[in-house]
Amino acid sequence: MAKIIAGIGTSHTPAIGAAVDNGKMGEPYWVPLFKGYEPAKKWMADTNPDVVIMVYNDHVNAFDFKIIPTFALGCADEFKIADEGWGARPVPVVKGYPELASHMIQSLVLDEFDMTIVNEMQVDHGLTTPMSLLFGQPKAWPCRVIPLAVNVIQYPAPTGHRCYMLGKAIKKAVEDWDEDLKVVIFGTGGMSHQIQGPRAGLVNKEFDKAFLDGLSGDPERLSRISPLEYLRDAGAEAIELVMWLIMRGALGENVKEAYRFYHVPASSTAVGHIILESA
Amino acid sequence: MTQKVEAYEDIPGTWVFDAQRARKGYRLNEFLYSLMKAENRKEFLSDERTYTMKFAMTGPQREAILKRDWNKLLELGAVSYALAKLAFTDGKSYQFMASQMTGMTEKEYVDMMLAGGRSPDGWRSRSERKEKA
Repeated sequence: MAKIIAGIGTSHTPAIGAAVDNGKMGEPYWVPLFKGYEPAKKWMADTNPDVVIMVYNDHVNAFDFKIIPTFALGCADEFKIADEGWGARPVPVVKGYPELASHMIQSLVLDEFDMTIVNEMQVDHGLTTPMSLLFGQPKAWPCRVIPLAVNVIQYPAPTGHRCYMLGKAIKKAVEDWDEDLKVVIFGTGGMSHQIQGPRAGLVNKEFDKAFLDGLSGDPERLSRISPLEYLRDAGAEAIELVMWLIMRGALGENVKEAYRFYHVPASSTAVGHIILESA
Repeated sequence: MTQKVEAYEDIPGTWVFDAQRARKGYRLNEFLYSLMKAENRKEFLSDERTYTMKFAMTGPQREAILKRDWNKLLELGAVSYALAKLAFTDGKSYQFMASQMTGMTEKEYVDMMLAGGRSPDGWRSRSERKEKA
């Protein structure tokens, strides 16, 4: 049986990926951040998952404005790296797992989640920055990746509760797959940040800490945070945190927090990171 | 035609990219999306106004592009991630664009972030800032 053994929450700020690509990891600005991810990289190397389910959002790269899917599951053999306007990141192509992804589609749709099926798509920093943070700079990524792109760009994003319930349905779908696989699910984006308008630069450390605490303590409560509360208290782009709730929902009731890291800033973002192991 | 006033319109210094704004900004964002291609970036920079005429946007949207009036562009329906492609076309960073939106210099903005960012206190509602909705 395939099993989701852990969940990773992490920001996916593009400047972090750019720092990796341009050899800036040793600069004073970036040292604390990359140091904070060292234990996580070791955890990931020790865990060595077969498959990663990457919950992330596209930033007007794979999807323009013609079609805006709320939940889009990548079912392709591979996903090329998008040129976001400054050249594609020099990271390995992302290998998918079309058989498992197709199984997930069937299971999720029958569980009443109306997924969008994506058979061709490029992936942007939302997916590749977390890969770099947790896997470093290998010649090829060490596991297969199933991308789950969530619309958090055009308001409204799916609610936190809907995301949490989708996570639960993903757990069921994965456990219904016969092959013995170790699966790790990522929820990416956040934490508090706003990157537009006169209010840009907003950071709310109290909100972020309460969110990190709630992931193991009371995820039901987190799933009831309203869109307005995210926008008002944690910044217009903090709504990305609903993607962490998909990850959390996929872990079952009890989890053990294995690692946590929090750092301000990366560009305009409060960076949060957590590793939750399924109990 | 009247429009419903959404609760998030009360958040100061913020233009939520909602369905109404997305509808108004559709052609504007189409222009910004076109800047993902190197040949389009080059063509735009060689004659900005002529290039924008390829896209059926409004006059005020076009003028805001030419003036790099970032906040006006947000108000008129540009989404920040697409706007970033205009900043990159200019050889500027996202932080530069964000600092311009806040009325700070880039250094002031970067320093604010290094000091822990902007506190939400005083920025939660227009009434808190004594602004009119």
